[in-house]
Amino acid sequence: MKTLTNSFSRRTVLKAGGAAATILAAPGLVRAQAPIVKIGLVQPITGAFAGDGDLARIGAEYAVKEINDAGGIKALGGAKIQLLIGDSRSNAEAGAQATEQLKTDGAVIVVGGFASGIAMTASQAAARYELPFIIDGAVSDGLMTRGLKSVFRFGPSFGASADVALKNLVAINDAAGKAAKTVAIVHEDGLLGSGLAKLMQQRLPPLGFQIVETISHPTPARDMSNVVLRLRSLNPDLIIPSMYFNEFVLLARTMQQQRVKPKGIYALFGGAASSYKFVSEFPDAAEGVMDVNHWGDPKNPTNAKLMEAVKATGKFYAYNTPINYSLIQIAAQAIEMAKSTESGALVEALAKNEFDSGVMPYGRTKFDATGQNVNALPLNTQVQGGDIKVVYPEQFAQSKPKFPANG
Amino acid sequence: MYSPTIILEALVNGLMLGAVYALIALGLTLIYGVLHIVNFAHGALLTVSMYLVWIGCEYFGLDPYVAILFVTPAMFAIGYFLQRLVIGPASRGSDNGILLVTLGLSIVIQNLLLAGFNSDTRTIVTDYAFGVIPLGPLLLSQPRVIGLAVSVVTAGLLWLVLNRTDIGKAIRAVAKEKLGASLVGIDVAHVYAMTFAIGTACLAIAGGLLMPSFYVSPTTGAAFVLVAFTIVVLGGMGSIPGALIGGLLIGVVEAASSLFLGDSLGQIGIFLIFILVLLFKPTGLFGAR
Repeated sequence: MKTLTNSFSRRTVLKAGGAAATILAAPGLVRAQAPIVKIGLVQPITGAFAGDGDLARIGAEYAVKEINDAGGIKALGGAKIQLLIGDSRSNAEAGAQATEQLKTDGAVIVVGGFASGIAMTASQAAARYELPFIIDGAVSDGLMTRGLKSVFRFGPSFGASADVALKNLVAINDAAGKAAKTVAIVHEDGLLGSGLAKLMQQRLPPLGFQIVETISHPTPARDMSNVVLRLRSLNPDLIIPSMYFNEFVLLARTMQQQRVKPKGIYALFGGAASSYKFVSEFPDAAEGVMDVNHWGDPKNPTNAKLMEAVKATGKFYAYNTPINYSLIQIAAQAIEMAKSTESGALVEALAKNEFDSGVMPYGRTKFDATGQNVNALPLNTQVQGGDIKVVYPEQFAQSKPKFPANG
Repeated sequence: MYSPTIILEALVNGLMLGAVYALIALGLTLIYGVLHIVNFAHGALLTVSMYLVWIGCEYFGLDPYVAILFVTPAMFAIGYFLQRLVIGPASRGSDNGILLVTLGLSIVIQNLLLAGFNSDTRTIVTDYAFGVIPLGPLLLSQPRVIGLAVSVVTAGLLWLVLNRTDIGKAIRAVAKEKLGASLVGIDVAHVYAMTFAIGTACLAIAGGLLMPSFYVSPTTGAAFVLVAFTIVVLGGMGSIPGALIGGLLIGVVEAASSLFLGDSLGQIGIFLIFILVLLFKPTGLFGAR
């Protein structure tokens, strides 16, 4: 009897809801005269990366509103952009499903991805329909070696970012009179950390750095005191961490507690050092940490507006917002140039033209034969005075790098 | 080679962290000893208690150690009703059933936490989190020292409850001979639930001790519970002193092996000891059965 009552009430609710929806939708039906262009955004709206997906969504929605307020897509008679959001649920299979769904729902371009594994399957699904897909900040080098004609990447690859990171490190260190000579690498023992550690072990010694120790730790790590004890006894000038957010926070907190103060902490895609969450929760542990990461151009006024928009939702700004804002801008430019929403024409427009890079510090975006944006580059950020500042390269810098950080 | 100070410091650190491991293992071993089940939901319940401590700090301004006083009864109640209303009835008396129910429960709890708190990591900021107690040349982390003290006291209290109170006697009776216990008028279902509740309450204390220096996200508990399982087997399944000594031992072994082999290989030390104990004393260090 009980279930019967329940199903009755549910049906009643549905009926009422349906009626309400019809009434609410009716005026819209009358007014919906302007053509609509649908752009898909694949992001992890739920699951482990939900926070990142949400920041991406804020950026994309901001761009859509900006474009629509300025008259929509002019080449298509002022067509308004409608953002369709596909939830990759923080996993690779769902990323592909979400892309399929976006295609079914009529998206003409899909952007996003976030994590390399998700970007991999989501873009693969788009490529099956030759649907143009622009990847955001997923860095794996393998994403762009698949020969998929309709897949592009806006952000820099891991390899290119590592080159930039090392070049900038040498420049910053030289400017400080080669303050750092010895380096300790602390990395998580998965794919991310081991890969970076290996790269650093090969590339740092020829640049004049002596690697005194490479310490690996598991993820999740329960404790960092032993890592920090070793660091304390080795006393390296520079620590290069490569690990996920939680472990980095644990490391930085333990270092603070154990009074380990190297001349610098220099991360590549370290996350934590470009994370306002970390900076606001542990300002002392975060102070002076440097990171090489995706970051919006601080001198672009729209970037400041995006920061405000994120702040208004009570969240912490991160690169997901500017990069996805810019992706929507690029997608809109491509539709303008193609004067069409047909996949082939859009892919051609993306491959042949140069684009304004939105708020990312990429100058003009130009995709090469593999689909990689040749002008993408990460920026060096440093936590200074409880805020995140871009410190290198100079044309984007908000302040000078403070190195040695504990001088 | 490391200086003796560093080695000593690593070992003391291990001892202090081991005490918190022991506390988590205490609950697990108690539940195993009485209900004869491996409680797979232990990790998820640890996460719940860490969230409760976090909520206490974030929304009620409680110090994490003060929050323990509120979270412990809450976790006790959660444990009691979980066993009474979910695990007991759903398992229908079969051990395999209980195993699967606790496994299912851990997945449900973890995903509820994910839905409620999303995957962000939460931390508590306290003045003393970065505090150190200088002991000769050693810098001992303040929260860790407190963790060691509270864990040892809790283990002592638990031992007193089991050996000096009526409910303790009942628990021991049920653990030894379920049928006999019910024949002399012990309410076995109630004792089961009480045991589960006490085991879960231990997690509340562990959660409160961990939060000042650790973080919580929906999967945090898993990191600690694997090592707790090892401690339970090492110490002798169902043995309270076994869990305490086992925890301290594992902490020290882990610290020593991570110092010399690196943190990734540090886990080897734990499992090497584990295999040796199983080879030469399969019942565990303090195991009787």
